[in-house]
Amino acid sequence: MIYFKYLRMVIRTMLQYRLNLLLTTIGQFANVFFSFAGIYLLFERFGRLDDWTFGEVALCYGIVIAAWSLTECFARGFDVFQGSIRQGTFDRVLLRPRNTVLQILGSNFEFPRLIKLVWAFAVLGIAVNNLNQVWSVLQVVTVCLMIASGFLIFSGVFILGATVCFWTVEGLEVVNIFTDGGKELAAYPLTIYSKSIRRFFTFIIPFGCFNYLPLMYVIGRVDDALYALTPLLGFVFLLPCLLLWRVGVRHYVSTGN
Amino acid sequence: MITLANIHKTFKVAKREKGTAAALKSLFHREYRRVHALDGVSFHVDEGEIVGYIGPNGAGKSTSIKVMSGILVPDSGTCGIMGYTPWKQRREYVRHIGVVFGQRTQLWWDVPVSDSFDLLRDIYKVPQSEYRRNLDLLTETIGLQDFINTPLRQLSLGQRMRAEIAASLLHSPKVLFLDEPTIGLDAPSKLAVRRFIKDINAETKLTVILTTHDMNDIDALTDRVVLIGKGKILYDGAFSEIKNRSDHSALEEVIAELYREYEL
Repeated sequence: MIYFKYLRMVIRTMLQYRLNLLLTTIGQFANVFFSFAGIYLLFERFGRLDDWTFGEVALCYGIVIAAWSLTECFARGFDVFQGSIRQGTFDRVLLRPRNTVLQILGSNFEFPRLIKLVWAFAVLGIAVNNLNQVWSVLQVVTVCLMIASGFLIFSGVFILGATVCFWTVEGLEVVNIFTDGGKELAAYPLTIYSKSIRRFFTFIIPFGCFNYLPLMYVIGRVDDALYALTPLLGFVFLLPCLLLWRVGVRHYVSTGN
Repeated sequence: MITLANIHKTFKVAKREKGTAAALKSLFHREYRRVHALDGVSFHVDEGEIVGYIGPNGAGKSTSIKVMSGILVPDSGTCGIMGYTPWKQRREYVRHIGVVFGQRTQLWWDVPVSDSFDLLRDIYKVPQSEYRRNLDLLTETIGLQDFINTPLRQLSLGQRMRAEIAASLLHSPKVLFLDEPTIGLDAPSKLAVRRFIKDINAETKLTVILTTHDMNDIDALTDRVVLIGKGKILYDGAFSEIKNRSDHSALEEVIAELYREYEL
């Protein structure tokens, strides 16, 4: 499949710059290590956050960081898309007899970001150890679904951010509120936020569908198995994003650059 | 092969005045003016022809190339190339064309040229036998073997341009668009690129449209020129006639005079 051929090309390029690879990996690790250390110290001092224990928040955090690192690695092309518009390299994408989304995905992979995935699993280990609960199969499956769903939702937001560039040429900083900001926000259970924020991140950008709602099921606060399936709504979120992307491409070819 | 009829394209360009105050004002209120990039462009190109598409900077050359290659939709007019309307059946259509932008690369910067070629083969789904045949032909005509295993970033500009053109021919296109293929090249490289275009055209009946500011490119490659200025086709015919008409002997002078004549 052509996707893997693109992947191989990016890996070859990356191996040309090994020192850079190493330093970025270390930097990425430091980033998540200290952000989790912050959460740990917070609980060390205060014991709980609302009625959430350290283990529960660690579980939520681990899932969000796992999803986030996957997005940063595999949807990176959309994250840096404003460069393609400014330098005109998107014209080249249009000259290839291939799907544009596939080409943008294939244009960039940031493997150093995957170190965060490793760290996320370490945190999940800490969480499981701390929660001390008996895990059912469906609960484990739900955790996997949550990571996959988060990956797709974050990717959708990246695509939306890239789509904006078709109109503005430059990326809008405000989009970072939903990407970086969304990650920070989603790392904690949504109930600690105010009602309007909760609604927005459940019904508009469905972060709540991949962390808070299924989390309730995973940690045994609700028994309704329907909660375990809410991550699937995150999959649906990708559709309008791709649709808007197509509208953006059409706008681009009709206005030029 | 290629027929453009009455193509119009207008761009909306934000008016800018200088100074910080004007820049601040433009944040809230922007005035636009309309620029007629293409103002009723029509011409026809036969199969196997090489056409020099000339005109001063900003005349509409690149916009025309973009329309013909399907990455820009015109406001009105028709364009038929090999039976396709470029912007309507983009993915199907671009399989049959090659496009080279002299100012931008389409190859991957950090890997050997051959790796880029392999990926292009996969992108265009070129059958292995056809790919081998094309690569052999290209190797023979431009001496690819000297640098095919070198990363792109280590190539000279001349080598890079040859690699670029070769890359756009791997999938056996029927039409090749060259947007300033000789820009910035030294004399030997220019000669090599011209010879290459001519050889490939003779060998495969490839239709070529090239834009250039170097009239020696035209002189060496073809006698058919299309002159565009302010979005309109001003002359379509023999280059030799333009030369004969002029008192000057130097090509630059001939063209400068031509532009003056049309008030460009």
